[in-house]
Amino acid sequence: MAEWASLSEAVAAHVHDGDTIAMEGFTHLIPFAAGHEIIRQGRRRLSLIRMTPDLIYDQLIGAGCASKLTFSWGGNPGVGSLHRFRDAVENDWPVPLDIEERSHSDLANAYVAGAANLPFAVLRGYKGSDFARVNDKIRSVTCPFTGEVLAATPAVRPDVAVIHAQKADWKGNVLLWGIIGVQKEAVLAAKRAIVTVEERVRTLDAPPNACILPSWVVASVCEVPRGATPSYAHGYYERDNSFYRAWDGISRDRERFSAWLNRHVHKTQDFKEYLSLQNDPKVQAVYQ
Amino acid sequence: MTAAYTSDEMMTVAAARMLRNSAVCFVGIGLPSTAANLARLTHAPDAVLIYESGPIGAKPSVLPLSIGDGNLAETADTVVSTPEIFRYWLQGGRIDVGFLGAAQLDRFANINTTVVGPYKKPKVRLPGAGGAPEISSSAKEVLIIIKQSKRTLVDKLDFITSVGFLNGGDAREKAGLPGKGPVAVITDLCILCPHPETRELEVTTIHPGVDRGMIIGSTGWQIRFASECGVTEPPRAQELQVLRDLKERTAAAHGVQGDAA
Repeated sequence: MAEWASLSEAVAAHVHDGDTIAMEGFTHLIPFAAGHEIIRQGRRRLSLIRMTPDLIYDQLIGAGCASKLTFSWGGNPGVGSLHRFRDAVENDWPVPLDIEERSHSDLANAYVAGAANLPFAVLRGYKGSDFARVNDKIRSVTCPFTGEVLAATPAVRPDVAVIHAQKADWKGNVLLWGIIGVQKEAVLAAKRAIVTVEERVRTLDAPPNACILPSWVVASVCEVPRGATPSYAHGYYERDNSFYRAWDGISRDRERFSAWLNRHVHKTQDFKEYLSLQNDPKVQAVYQ
Repeated sequence: MTAAYTSDEMMTVAAARMLRNSAVCFVGIGLPSTAANLARLTHAPDAVLIYESGPIGAKPSVLPLSIGDGNLAETADTVVSTPEIFRYWLQGGRIDVGFLGAAQLDRFANINTTVVGPYKKPKVRLPGAGGAPEISSSAKEVLIIIKQSKRTLVDKLDFITSVGFLNGGDAREKAGLPGKGPVAVITDLCILCPHPETRELEVTTIHPGVDRGMIIGSTGWQIRFASECGVTEPPRAQELQVLRDLKERTAAAHGVQGDAA
């Protein structure tokens, strides 16, 4: 059964130095509050997995939390580059970052394999591309029935999955909707899962076939309103596109990024305080 | 009557025209999404737009800034999970047209969106694959839209992210890729199509006001011109109007035009 906990308690209990972590959410429902809390608690040598690293991993990478990144598209959506990710790959700053690069289709399949307790994913992919040249885990398997050669890649099996969802009931059953990405697979592929939600409700009132993660597959559930901002939560708030654009400037320069991280994450007690800074025009004028 | 227009508008309009009505189209974010939505709002109202984040049959009122904008989900016929999109819909063989952008392209329409320079010590680290490798291999046909320059149309790619025709001829078929590959590359200067045998891209129509020297000077290899190389039909007033209205609505909603990526 999931335990209701504060986000800081959940991260302290379930995220350890050296863990492999998947924090998923495809543009939508990205668990930013949890990312900040991991930075605040100073986790190191994390092996991060995420299809689209997005700003959440740019922040974790820039903060020095990660030693490895497995990913399939590393840009700032609609804006351009992830500068902290690039600085780590190109210049080893602040620490060297190993990368394991795959395609969206592969990682999506690899999460499915992980959720299904299979050792590898099989897909029709990568043929003719240069991926296998730089990633020796991209291999092939021959179909025993047709002889077709297919790509085979390792399943994703994180120590911890972290996702954000719209609602959970008092028992900790979780409901999400809209663009649901690979969150269900990430939770089921992981040893333990932390879920942050917009609100705690008496009952979910969900129709059959809704995307529900039963309480007993989740370790901790935490109520964190607006916990996915600057991404969005369908039915609650919109994507903060202006923050995604501002991030380009904040993250481009090491000093400016470090000042931002210090003021907005290290020196804030929790996400609520972070959000109050987002609404403070004096702070925004200095850091954006 | 034709109105004044920019080379980017010519590119988007020319790309939009390539999308048949009723085609099932897997849409990349940025320029492909602009062109696909222009097609949907003009001659192809029944085109089915699929985005890799999960929306099937998306009919966005403004251009999405990210691949998973809420407007895509709200206007879609259905929204499925990301594994389902890639497994059942793309790999399942249900996509007529994959509409892609690219950072770099070579003469055989292979795409690089990974690195410029050596992989381990890149000069420029690009975002990477996204869905493109499997879109370029599994969609029945592929359209590519790219702004043309010596930096984008290059002689040799440092990394093949998504496969066009490999080193030409029947190399793609021999490699066993299911889809037939790129059928056209639309740039801000011209339209290029693969030669039926060599599969090398050659210029088939030149946009009005562009000359051969400009195209040669903006290509990193010795570009060939088809023997019956024509002139692209300029944007019609209605196409421009719909495109500009779409961009205006997008700017009002997001503060930017939606194809910045």
